[in-house]
Amino acid sequence: MSVSSHSDGAAPARRFDAVHALKDVGFTTLIAFGLLLPLVGFLTVTDVRNDLILQTRFPLLFALTASIGISRLVYLMSVSRWLALRAERPVVAARPARFDWSAIAARWFIPFAIGFVIAYPVIVLLVKGREGAVTWVDNFGIQILIYVMLGWGLNIVVGLAGLLDLGYVAFYAVGAYSYALLAKTFGLSFWILLPLAGCLASFWGLLLGFPVLRLRGDYLAIVTLAFGEIIRMVLINWVDLTNGYAGISTIPRPTFFSIPFNANDDGFAARFGLEFFPIYRTVFLYYVILALALLTAFVTVRLRRLPVGRAWEALREDEIACRSLGINTTNTKLTAFAMGAMFAGFAGSFFAARQGFISPESFTFLESATILAIVVLGGMGSQIGVAIAAIVMIGGTEILRQIDFLKQIFGQDFDPTQYRMLLFGLGMVLMMRWRPRGLITRRAPSVFLKERKSIAGDLVKQGHG
Amino acid sequence: MAERGDTLLSVEHLTMRFGGLVAVDNLSFAARHGEITALIGPNGAGKTTVFNCITGFYKPHVGRIGLCHGAPALWDSLDSLTASGRRSTKSSDGALYALERMPDFLVADEAQVARTFQNIRLFPGMTVLENLLVAQHNRLMLASGYTLLGIFGIPSYRAAERAAIEKARHWLDRIGLLHRADDPAGDLPYGDQRRLEIARAMCTDPILLCLDEPAAGLNPRESAELNTLLLSIRDRDAASILLIEHDMSVVMEISDRIIVLDYGVKIAEGTPKEIRDDTKVIAAYLGVADKDVAKVEAEVGL
Repeated sequence: MSVSSHSDGAAPARRFDAVHALKDVGFTTLIAFGLLLPLVGFLTVTDVRNDLILQTRFPLLFALTASIGISRLVYLMSVSRWLALRAERPVVAARPARFDWSAIAARWFIPFAIGFVIAYPVIVLLVKGREGAVTWVDNFGIQILIYVMLGWGLNIVVGLAGLLDLGYVAFYAVGAYSYALLAKTFGLSFWILLPLAGCLASFWGLLLGFPVLRLRGDYLAIVTLAFGEIIRMVLINWVDLTNGYAGISTIPRPTFFSIPFNANDDGFAARFGLEFFPIYRTVFLYYVILALALLTAFVTVRLRRLPVGRAWEALREDEIACRSLGINTTNTKLTAFAMGAMFAGFAGSFFAARQGFISPESFTFLESATILAIVVLGGMGSQIGVAIAAIVMIGGTEILRQIDFLKQIFGQDFDPTQYRMLLFGLGMVLMMRWRPRGLITRRAPSVFLKERKSIAGDLVKQGHG
Repeated sequence: MAERGDTLLSVEHLTMRFGGLVAVDNLSFAARHGEITALIGPNGAGKTTVFNCITGFYKPHVGRIGLCHGAPALWDSLDSLTASGRRSTKSSDGALYALERMPDFLVADEAQVARTFQNIRLFPGMTVLENLLVAQHNRLMLASGYTLLGIFGIPSYRAAERAAIEKARHWLDRIGLLHRADDPAGDLPYGDQRRLEIARAMCTDPILLCLDEPAAGLNPRESAELNTLLLSIRDRDAASILLIEHDMSVVMEISDRIIVLDYGVKIAEGTPKEIRDDTKVIAAYLGVADKDVAKVEAEVGL
């Protein structure tokens, strides 16, 4: 009985069923039309008298709908039949490869990656010259590294300890404002304020943690979200201290052993007998954030092998079992929170020093969501995964900003960055379909007796908050 | 020091209510040093609730739970400890704890009461070895200077970690899982997970080990191995055991004393032989009134 039903089920896949396919295409086209009608079909523009005018873009709408329908038809005729045929074929056991490329890649990936990021500014300088390299080092180097560092910091809280924190940007803001205010008011240097900003941020982490960490799951997420908003509201409304929406400008920039990066006679370029270029400061900032990010990674790797790191992961696996083993779960959660907040504080003070200007606009919920997305897409708990996700997400946004050739296709008004959220959503959907637990899901054990075997992601719990 | 047979744990007038339901009603019993005490009773009798009260996961509404490390003379100070409102009193020949006042993690850490769970609670995504190292958290934490010194990899921490791994290896050897040390705990078969949970509890160096249905889901051969393991824990490691169990082949064979609960009330207490012949116990298990026991037994051919 089961055999015959199997062959019945397989037969339509091999033969192309035109009626079925047409129905499917019609349905897809209908959905696409329904979705695109409000999104693409109508456009509101402001005219000269500042009135809002409704325009229609029906040709574009029909073109898009038709292209979706045709793509679906092509998919049904080719790809889905091929998939069905492949599913029927018996599975052939994979032969052991003579050369285990994946093992070699895993062995050399980290040294190669670190070598590359150290050499990156030099490569860019050689390729682009001293004028053109600034955007490359700044937008693709520093910007990405800030997010890599934030991702690694949040990874401690979300990935290791399993506490869902939606207000992580609050600690980033605390770090940034600590540096900006203390540097402007007391004239302290960047290198004194960097650890101080980290301490202040982790102090706020503790302060938030005490009342909040008895909550679990969704409740914890909501309270941390609220905390992030409270910090932002305080920054907006405490105008005397923070200057409100206007923000703080002319924040002192970091110096190279108290040599400033400017065009003056005592500036960096003049002291070293070089011609003045802004790239020197950019490269210097790049190495500062690189060092900070590597410090974050190093500390996290070390912590994972210490009892506190193991307790974080145990907490994510099973909190009640932790308590039955004599682990003070409140303290353990607080250390995770404070440690994550500290790295956000470092990143924040660096951000303020690099920009020279900060305002509450930089610390919205979208920032928290972006950092959390980096951690989740990268694979919770995985350092390499988080770094790759940060490069893809932040670097991807920057690339959208840089590509000009699309303007030649779609006209001068076309702004690719407007499609950022669309692409982001598409990426999320694809990830949820094929890698729901992130890019790198396997967990490396912190200690081993005979051999280090990585643990499959589906065994690892994701925490309950 | 305490000798075999001295009172280790004393539960007095323990009452725990959930809304209108009295789960444990005025229960008093004692567990002794170097003995295996079993807590049995039909489903819903309140056994696990008693465990949760002892290990600090529940706060009982009425009653006190005393635990004595060391000389039995310390029990005389239980009333003064209760009156003082403190959690414990320590002296040169031991310590006395009021467990009902202690949060769960301190019951495990200070009073050295370890427990396992009815539904196994391992850390499935961590290796077997890591599970056993998490159990030694507090000692390792101290050795790592509360993390600050450990970050710099001081030698004394590395020595402490080696000792912890050695201890884990010892327990893996005892439960026969040494060859699976580097596998994730979630990949082990059910019976191995049960044994690992016991080993993990033993890695905290407990004075009292509370096991909630350790033989549930084990086949007869595994049950027999469990008996050997529990007897060796009692005799070699000087840990007393408090046991909830339905498997009578385990309970009757290894228990020194048995306490029977039904609807939160203690209905019998004694040696395995005494319990086996107790009409009240049989009535509770058969679910009939005392006077009908003989009739029902005749009916089912006992």
